[in-house]
Amino acid sequence: MADKRTTLEEIVGELRPGMTVGIGGWGSRRKPMAFVRAICRSGVDNLTVVAYGGPDVGLLCATGRARKVVCGFVTLDSIPLDPHWRAARQQGRVELMELDEGMFFLGLQAASWRVPFLPTRAGLGSDVLVVNPELRTLRSPYEGGPFADPADAGAELVAMPALRLDLAVVHANRADTAGNAQFLGPDRFFDELFLGAADRRFVTAEKVVANGTLGGEGPLAAVTVHRLLTDGVAETPRGAHFTACPPDYGRDEEFQREYAASAADPDAFAAFRARYLDVDEAGYQSAVAARAGTR
Amino acid sequence: MTPASGATEAGVTRAEVCVAACADAWRGAGEVMVSPFGTVPALGARLAKLTFSPDLVLTDGEAALMVGAPPLETPADEIVREAAMGYRAVFDVVWSGRRHIMMMASQIDRTGNQNLSAIGEWSRPKVQLVGVRGAPGNSVNHPTSYWVPDHSTRTFVERVDVVSGVGYERAAAAGPGATRYHSVRLVVSNLGVFDFETPERVMRVRSVHPGVTLDEVRSATAFDLVTADEIPFSRRPGPEELRLVRQVLDPTGRREREVRG
Repeated sequence: MADKRTTLEEIVGELRPGMTVGIGGWGSRRKPMAFVRAICRSGVDNLTVVAYGGPDVGLLCATGRARKVVCGFVTLDSIPLDPHWRAARQQGRVELMELDEGMFFLGLQAASWRVPFLPTRAGLGSDVLVVNPELRTLRSPYEGGPFADPADAGAELVAMPALRLDLAVVHANRADTAGNAQFLGPDRFFDELFLGAADRRFVTAEKVVANGTLGGEGPLAAVTVHRLLTDGVAETPRGAHFTACPPDYGRDEEFQREYAASAADPDAFAAFRARYLDVDEAGYQSAVAARAGTR
Repeated sequence: MTPASGATEAGVTRAEVCVAACADAWRGAGEVMVSPFGTVPALGARLAKLTFSPDLVLTDGEAALMVGAPPLETPADEIVREAAMGYRAVFDVVWSGRRHIMMMASQIDRTGNQNLSAIGEWSRPKVQLVGVRGAPGNSVNHPTSYWVPDHSTRTFVERVDVVSGVGYERAAAAGPGATRYHSVRLVVSNLGVFDFETPERVMRVRSVHPGVTLDEVRSATAFDLVTADEIPFSRRPGPEELRLVRQVLDPTGRREREVRG
């Protein structure tokens, strides 16, 4: 059986300018931050970032990697608004395709199922359809016959287009060498759908174990990413830091505050970048450990 | 008629009146999920569940449904959970209509549009907010109410800058696909309670909180509110409700930090 173990560098090495990249997790929860940091120090730009947005979006905007963001929100959870994202938007540095959270879900689902769109009421009447004039509505084809619902006669619904991704990365608590992955926290979010929507699909994980041993790490029902959905797995301990990755670790609120504060002015972000982003992942983790030791 | 001011019963705070007003949003709601945003709606939902709406379904703020209505500051490991409610499963609930949400609004307007997205021009906002989140889909799929703790001409505006939650006029313009399950029920602010039970489906004053005058509400609102000849005061919570709020659900008084006075 194929051994799908790979490295952050190899994953980022597949990125090309202009690609559409899906990032798993939700807000400041279980984000593949090691991968995000690797993009930040790569030279790849003009990316379209597709995410339930958290500090991944903020960092990729602050470092100029993202040209466009597709999302329904950007939040740090315990800090409601990400100041890096606000600055990028308010200074007009990034394009936005703003979607309802459920439309976003259906976009990934449609791509995963290889259909061009899925219908929904979500979005009707809202400015999502105004600020994204490329979005279309359609009328139900069941206006008569056994499937007709008179209350929906003539109803126009949103045809949410498939959000096809060039590459997607999600972060799991555990993965195995064959590409299965396990979520031990309260929820898996939409991570399988990011992988299903992408041409190239990667999992980073706190720990990579031998194939067949994930059942010993936690419930098999929590292995919701199976190897049909993955091309590679990379072990990145504390790879979701500073976002929450329960039960392995919670959000590093102190660090998140430092991240948010670094949006105050260019000098502050330059210092943050030099210390935490212009170094490799091992350098980042040592800087974080050193920081914790000096508090 | 302009209600008299200074009617606050000794000891009952504005925040506690707001909690009861939020609770009343779920009166008779039956077995639906309530997703309250903000401290006062979170207390209102718990109060409703402990009193007149025992079948309400509350989430733990993460990915599970809670048994009972635990106090606001219950440690996560002391919450008793009855079922999983994953992020994806929430859409099964939302799109099947078994929810009555109370969202907050950075702006709300005369026909019930809500804005969570941005202030100013969307393409390059003056102030970027969190984003439309689930508001577009929520508002056309199940009953939706709003909580605005800072009623002013900046929050109660003639037209919101970005329509996130859909109001009556916009839903009607989008057709039966949008109107079939659309229902903006209540807007609770720190000054009063509002609804859209008018022929034109525009905002109406349902009650003003004790101690507030209609003139105060009008001058804090950037559009004309529909008003009846007689406008009642919002009800004060009863003794048992006050006991639950003060001694059980929120003994540290978080509600008073969200609403002053």
